[in-house]
Amino acid sequence: MTVWIAVLATAAGCYLLKLLGLCVPARLLDRPAVRAFSVLAPVALLAALTAQQTLAHGHLLGVDARLAGLAAAGVALWRRAPFLVVVLAAVVVTALVRLA
Amino acid sequence: MTVTTQPSCADGRAARPARAVLRDSLTVGVGVGVSGVAFGAAGAGAHLTVAQTCALSLLVFTGASQFALVAALAAGAAPVAAVAGALFLGIRNAFYGMRLAERLRLPVALRPLAAQLVIDETAAVTLAQPDRRAARLGFTATGVCLFALWNLTTLLGALGAGAVGDPARYGLDAAGPAVFLALLAPRLRDPRERRVAVAAVVLVLAGTPLLPTGVPVLLALAAVPLAAVPLVGPAGRGRSGR
Repeated sequence: MTVWIAVLATAAGCYLLKLLGLCVPARLLDRPAVRAFSVLAPVALLAALTAQQTLAHGHLLGVDARLAGLAAAGVALWRRAPFLVVVLAAVVVTALVRLA
Repeated sequence: MTVTTQPSCADGRAARPARAVLRDSLTVGVGVGVSGVAFGAAGAGAHLTVAQTCALSLLVFTGASQFALVAALAAGAAPVAAVAGALFLGIRNAFYGMRLAERLRLPVALRPLAAQLVIDETAAVTLAQPDRRAARLGFTATGVCLFALWNLTTLLGALGAGAVGDPARYGLDAAGPAVFLALLAPRLRDPRERRVAVAAVVLVLAGTPLLPTGVPVLLALAAVPLAAVPLVGPAGRGRSGR
């Protein structure tokens, strides 16, 4: 039930943000500080999520096969591979490291 | 969601042929749309039901927020923290909306429908078009194609991954960080963005042992004011950050 509430709250919030942009006159939102935050907040959150999902196990930090997978994803990105190839590279390399 | 999000300016060509606009739209729509399979798998891996995973793609329909919510719930974060992270990631869509509103000049009655399609990819395609007709066509074609495929492949991914079983056995737990890295990479173009990313990593890792699950990711938002301030005057380029 909590999951459904989270799903619907996220849906409502994300929809309203999209609609807000289409309906509000640009001058109301378009201030340098707000604009900078909208560009940089995703950078901070995505970097944090990448690090946490690679190195955290609950409250513990440690290195495991996921780091090898992330390195493979990094190489794939650097080679400009499509999104799914990047994800697959991470999955396959992580699985192989666990087998080894 | 791999598409570069800073839309390039119109390149000055007048009245682009519809065929060229459609080609752009479908390239992006198909290329990114099929990535819904990764989201479907992520939802299943997080023990969401197929209905919950599909509801996210239908109703939220903005990849980074969807992946972030699912990752936070899977890690056991408090729902409030999980939703907050997803919403912070959605703020940028409001800014795409502002740019698109100028470009598309949509009738008021169409805005509630068009709003759901305001995301990275539709903004990139639409804002790259030189005239309003091409912009409207690009927005509609990219949005409809991406929405249809993203939702279809989400369903397939959720059903497929649900059938596979324990995600860690197949390395599927590495899909999450790879997705976030792929979403992050195009945003690391200038030194300010790289400083923010490095500071965010430091904050989240420092917070993980100490704070309740889900909170360290929000703490990482403090990297924005901490690292975004230019280190020196206009001549100073700051350090490269990596």
